[in-house]
Amino acid sequence: MLKVEKLTKMFGGLAAVHDVSVEFEARKINAIIGPNGAGKSTFFNLISGLRKPTSGRILIDGHDVSRLRCDRVARLGVGRTFQTTHLFEQATVLDNLIVGHRLRTRSGLWDVLINSSRLQREERECREKAREALDFVGLAHLENRVVLDISQEERKRVAFALALATEPKLVLLDEPAAGVNPEETEGLARLIRKMAEHGLTVCLIEHKMDMIMGLADKIMVLNYGEKIAEGTPAEIKANPAVIEAYLGSDHDAAA
Amino acid sequence: MRRFASLFTHPAARWVLLALALGFPFVASSEYQVYVMATAFIWAIAVYGLNIITGYCGQLNLAHGGFFAVGAYALAILTSDHGWNFWPAFLAAGLVSAALGAAVGVVSLRLKEHYFAIFTLCVGFIIYLLIDKWEALTHGAIGIRGIAAPDGFGLVDFSQTRPFYYLALGFLVLAIWFAGRLASSLLGRTFMAIRNGDALAQSLGIDLMRNKVLAFVLSTTYAGVAGALYASMIRFIGPEEANPNHTFDMITYLLIGGFGTLFGPLAGTVGVVWITQSLQFLEDYRMVIFGPLIVVLVIFMPRGVVGTFLGWKLRKDAEAARADARPGVDGMSGTEVKPHA
Ligand SMILES: Nc1ncnc2c1ncn2[C@@H]1O[C@H](COP(=O)(O)OP(=O)(O)O)[C@@H](O)[C@H]1O
Ligand SMILES: [Mg+2]
Repeated sequence: MLKVEKLTKMFGGLAAVHDVSVEFEARKINAIIGPNGAGKSTFFNLISGLRKPTSGRILIDGHDVSRLRCDRVARLGVGRTFQTTHLFEQATVLDNLIVGHRLRTRSGLWDVLINSSRLQREERECREKAREALDFVGLAHLENRVVLDISQEERKRVAFALALATEPKLVLLDEPAAGVNPEETEGLARLIRKMAEHGLTVCLIEHKMDMIMGLADKIMVLNYGEKIAEGTPAEIKANPAVIEAYLGSDHDAAA
Repeated sequence: MRRFASLFTHPAARWVLLALALGFPFVASSEYQVYVMATAFIWAIAVYGLNIITGYCGQLNLAHGGFFAVGAYALAILTSDHGWNFWPAFLAAGLVSAALGAAVGVVSLRLKEHYFAIFTLCVGFIIYLLIDKWEALTHGAIGIRGIAAPDGFGLVDFSQTRPFYYLALGFLVLAIWFAGRLASSLLGRTFMAIRNGDALAQSLGIDLMRNKVLAFVLSTTYAGVAGALYASMIRFIGPEEANPNHTFDMITYLLIGGFGTLFGPLAGTVGVVWITQSLQFLEDYRMVIFGPLIVVLVIFMPRGVVGTFLGWKLRKDAEAARADARPGVDGMSGTEVKPHA
């Protein structure tokens, strides 16, 4: 599904991602862990096309996407969330989600001027898609609430729904459980599993080890931009390089 | 309180507003008041344009006054120096501002945030300098006289204040109508997604450049049309029309009315124009009152008069809907919210 070959990203003299090769299978939950500053978010930015790699290739279902613009990659089926959620706080949850399906529609200025039937149909479709995504993340009852008034965990779910509304094949979740209590983390883990069960390939960055160990089919560990290990949760737990990296760096990453 | 507030958002409120505007010349105490109101309407059209690029799309455009002047000069030059009839010249003025907007947009929108703002500030200043110095085209500091008033239809003579007032009102209604349609459409939502953040918008598959340029061209077209109307109302223009201060006036109107709201540009422009008028007797000291007034407004209503009101109402409505909702089934999906009666 996702194949990364010798991927490198330099920021000036700093290699944020260095020579990383990895393969993620379809319909699996893949986790990326590593200390702060290890290059995890940069890795996501490269895959989603937000940043161009310095070298290396990214293949999605055999398609080379490493030189494509971010919006093109999104159209090919890569959805994502960010480490910090940027929703429009003064609007309702549903209003935030409607634009999620925009990339599958074609209406332009002319359609707006004449209020074409295509525009009306596409707006209906976007609204339906938004409701469907909201229902999937379990927040159908919040559709008319203002984002300002919902909890942190609910915002995380709305951000998931926004990514899902783009109809992705692959979703990249950057620290979905950050700032969320243990009970809610459980719920988010169930939701992530539900995504995979519905045929999505999931990639997530997370610091909460309990969550990762119970959830992931495969884990890749980054440290200083390099891949230092990959394998099943059991393999990772027993890997000396990983233990070394975690004990040698900030310990709250391993908490 | 919420009930009372609903009166303002009721669909009929628009018709009441229109009726008030239509009746204004009959209740105005002097022709001068009608003239001031017509001017306010023209500025409001330009502010609606600024609202598209800055309010909805989130790109602080500081060249807006420049495009207003481009529209004004295009109409002036074509009618006064080249003897064009008003309406073709008016159309051309809109097209010139759109084309120039496209050219400037393609270059400037590669820059983000304050870099874009600074770049457009320079563009606005360059437009001002060109108008002031390019005498062969613009007559420089002398300005242009003998600009055509809009050609009337039959008995209507738009060189008179009242008929012109209705013409300006007509264009303002058109401007608001399109802005409203845009804001509620998928295209408007696309612009607002960009305002929320480039990275998120792109990751939702939105082509940034294309949409930003489109929003920019729409805004410069609004500015150009407003400028052309302005030139045909005062019939004499000079380089002062391109003074970058006008851009900041428009930003003030928008700030006070409310960025990214449908009626903010109207409320802000008409409100501020009348406040400045009524403080006229203080002459230069009026800023002593007006300045603090703006500061207070910005502190207590950071989203403008309209924006703050709508935000408050949206939350109140959501609260009321929640209070009315039946107890949830299991808190997860499938819980229904009864719409508020
Ligand atoms: N836009 C950027 N410009 C320069 N350096 C960056 C940029 N983004 C990230 N970095 C650097 O790259 C390294 C990896 O960052 P990041 O991918 O955010 O790490 P992580 O998500 O694993 O905490 C850090 O040292 C960070 O400072
Ligand atoms: Mg990160």
